[in-house]
Amino acid sequence: MARYLLRRSALLLLSLGLATVVLFILLRMLPGDPANALTAVGATDEQIAAARAAIGSDRPLPEQFTHWTGQLLRGDFGNSFVSSLPVGPEIATRLQVTLPLTAAAFLLAVLVAVPAGFIAAHRRHTWYGTLLSGVSQLGIAVPVFWLGMILVAVLAVNARWFPSGGFPPDGWADPAEAVRSLALPVITVALVMSASLIRYVRSAALDVLGSDYLRTARALGGTFGGAMWRHGLRNASVPVISVLGIELASTLLGAVVVESVFALPGLGSQLTTGISQHDYPVIQGVLFVSTLAVLLIGFAADVVQRFVDPRLRGGLAGGAR
Amino acid sequence: MNTRSVRYALPAVTATALALTLTACGGAPAGGTGSGKHNPDATVSIGSLYEPQNLDNTGGGGQGVTEALHGNVYEGLFRLTDTGKTEPLLAASHQVSPDGLTYTFTLRDGVTFHSGKKLTSADVKYSLERVIAPASQSARKKNLSVIKTVETPDPKTVRVTLSQKSISFVYNLSYVWIVNSAAGDLRATADGTGPFKLGKWTRGSSLGLDRFTGYRGTAAASKKVVYRYFKDAAALNNALLSNGVDLVTSQQSPDALDRFKNNPAYKVTEGDSTTKLLLAFNDKAKPFTDVKVRRAVAAAVDDKKLLESVWGGHGKLIGSMVPPTDPWYEDLTGTDPYDPALAKKLLAEAGYADGFTFTLQTPSYDPHPTAATFIAAQLAKVGIKVKINTITPDEWYTKVYKNKDFDATLQEHVNDRDLVWYGNPDFYWGYNNPQVTQWVDEAERSTTPAQQTELLKKVNRTTAQEAASEWLYLYPQIVVASSKVSGYPLNGLNSQFHAFDIKKS
Repeated sequence: MARYLLRRSALLLLSLGLATVVLFILLRMLPGDPANALTAVGATDEQIAAARAAIGSDRPLPEQFTHWTGQLLRGDFGNSFVSSLPVGPEIATRLQVTLPLTAAAFLLAVLVAVPAGFIAAHRRHTWYGTLLSGVSQLGIAVPVFWLGMILVAVLAVNARWFPSGGFPPDGWADPAEAVRSLALPVITVALVMSASLIRYVRSAALDVLGSDYLRTARALGGTFGGAMWRHGLRNASVPVISVLGIELASTLLGAVVVESVFALPGLGSQLTTGISQHDYPVIQGVLFVSTLAVLLIGFAADVVQRFVDPRLRGGLAGGAR
Repeated sequence: MNTRSVRYALPAVTATALALTLTACGGAPAGGTGSGKHNPDATVSIGSLYEPQNLDNTGGGGQGVTEALHGNVYEGLFRLTDTGKTEPLLAASHQVSPDGLTYTFTLRDGVTFHSGKKLTSADVKYSLERVIAPASQSARKKNLSVIKTVETPDPKTVRVTLSQKSISFVYNLSYVWIVNSAAGDLRATADGTGPFKLGKWTRGSSLGLDRFTGYRGTAAASKKVVYRYFKDAAALNNALLSNGVDLVTSQQSPDALDRFKNNPAYKVTEGDSTTKLLLAFNDKAKPFTDVKVRRAVAAAVDDKKLLESVWGGHGKLIGSMVPPTDPWYEDLTGTDPYDPALAKKLLAEAGYADGFTFTLQTPSYDPHPTAATFIAAQLAKVGIKVKINTITPDEWYTKVYKNKDFDATLQEHVNDRDLVWYGNPDFYWGYNNPQVTQWVDEAERSTTPAQQTELLKKVNRTTAQEAASEWLYLYPQIVVASSKVSGYPLNGLNSQFHAFDIKKS
């Protein structure tokens, strides 16, 4: 396991390094000049040249790249081209919105989807089992922004139970107010996420239900619940864990949409603003943090899977990985 | 400066380049009559689409920084009233030398910055020089570059010498924030003399203003004002409907108005804006070099119908670049009538009896695509074929504004007094009439405002007769507010939004 962790960590660092290069180069291929965003309409060529020199976008690309990565290694994300304020602290502030949002939505989705998926599988011939499958199928087709808008219209604008958007100016200073602001976005993301999770859990559970070992366990006198608990859950969780990892990562990246629907000052909206302004340090910083998060999630999912399923460790059934 | 495109929603944010083209300010009358008892300790939430990029209006802070800080946190030597008149603010009085080149200002007594420092002439000198400094991104930099020297004979007196006469000098000074010369970097902090001091700014979310208890004049009517920022008009309206904000600085979604109009909990007011929607020809490219062709296009487009379909009856028709709040306004809608028969006749005279084809560069955000489709349909009736090319604000800036590589384009021009751009043959639309250029120059060197007004009226009439551009309509300025608040600006000309008189019950 230790060797595996070491190898996996090395791979993670390599991926992060490659991603850094790729995102740096792709950004520079975007049409448009950040200096335009810094100068007023009617700026003279000298003003634009001065703006380029001020932000360093006139220097050769390799130099800009080493400058940026050098800063990163020191934990400095650089300063925004547009506001000239440091990017790192802003990312940290915005993570205070995006992380709780993602984590809460993910937990809620898991809490809903795991039991619902098992019920949908085990009781697939009952009316509520069919209903669960149907609703989850429908849920997959629902876009996040649409659901968000409906919830805003019903629960915020009409019922006035929740704010329609925004985040308290003082952030988490008043936790109740912050939680209220995040409630609707969390529900929105959790609903959409659980719809697809239910499908995965259901099919993983169906595999288990039809398996020989479960039949054997029950033939040896175990109850359904007991057999499921001792053997079923563990087996079903292996494919589900990797799906969970993917879902978590895509929720983090998909925050752009829900943050824009609910006017939340999170990482996603920071990214869209950065892109619209050609603010390279902001875009790079946000993408770097997101990439790191996604890689870490993948890493965690792999490790948990190995922990749950001994076959992945020993190379007995699945082969060495 | 005078073009800006960030008016709508998320895609429009891309137009940063254009957004940085700051707009003017206009003193606004207190609007709306409130019901209930005024609560001086209230917090007023103002919903806006224009978040500042930083807090410095000489550092590319954008439109939002004017909206939030101008007049509220920072004050100028002068301020503009809602009717476009210039009034002294931090200047108690001023004298102009007979040759019109030297201005001597006496500062008002007892003015302190939020930091507690007293205002002196050194701060004024510093503030003026900041605007015209090489690194300045101020929208007024070019106008104020006529400043040759700024002297401070004593702490209460500022003497400014100009390199040439400039009748608009005092008016332009109303754009200049007087900042504390010792304040340092003003991108994330502020130190002004206004009725509010800067509160907490959470980037991406909100900007707070707190009542400045040391203010020399009438104290701000509310204890706190919080500007809350949204990326699209729908989210903004939802916040208003769910009590998230008390008012919205400028309503951009006419479709939503009915929900507020028929609800006693809200008040809807319509003032005058200075934002004009233009079909700008490239007057240097064929066939728009021909006055007859330009007039024909203008006559073939039914502006009234367009305004009706985009704004549902709000807004105004204008026959020129001049909004009613400019001193040289005249109703010239008669010069630009809707008359398809006239359009056909003019086309035939110009040698285009069978029409012609041109490409319309259309910014991708509302209302340009709608307007473009409408114009194409109208022009088809007189035989002119329009190819619509949708472009991003960034492309507009490079292709149209900088490289002048276009036949015709659509654009909003937001500022007051921007008729003078027709006197600059190098401006993107390439209108070149030496007589007009001369009038514009003379107007700026006028001795009296009356003289200036007379000359610019001539410019106005001539550009209208020559259809230098096709002025489609003037936007409405619609403020929707909860009936609990009163005292907000109705016109909010350009981008400013004076919040110090807003009362909440």
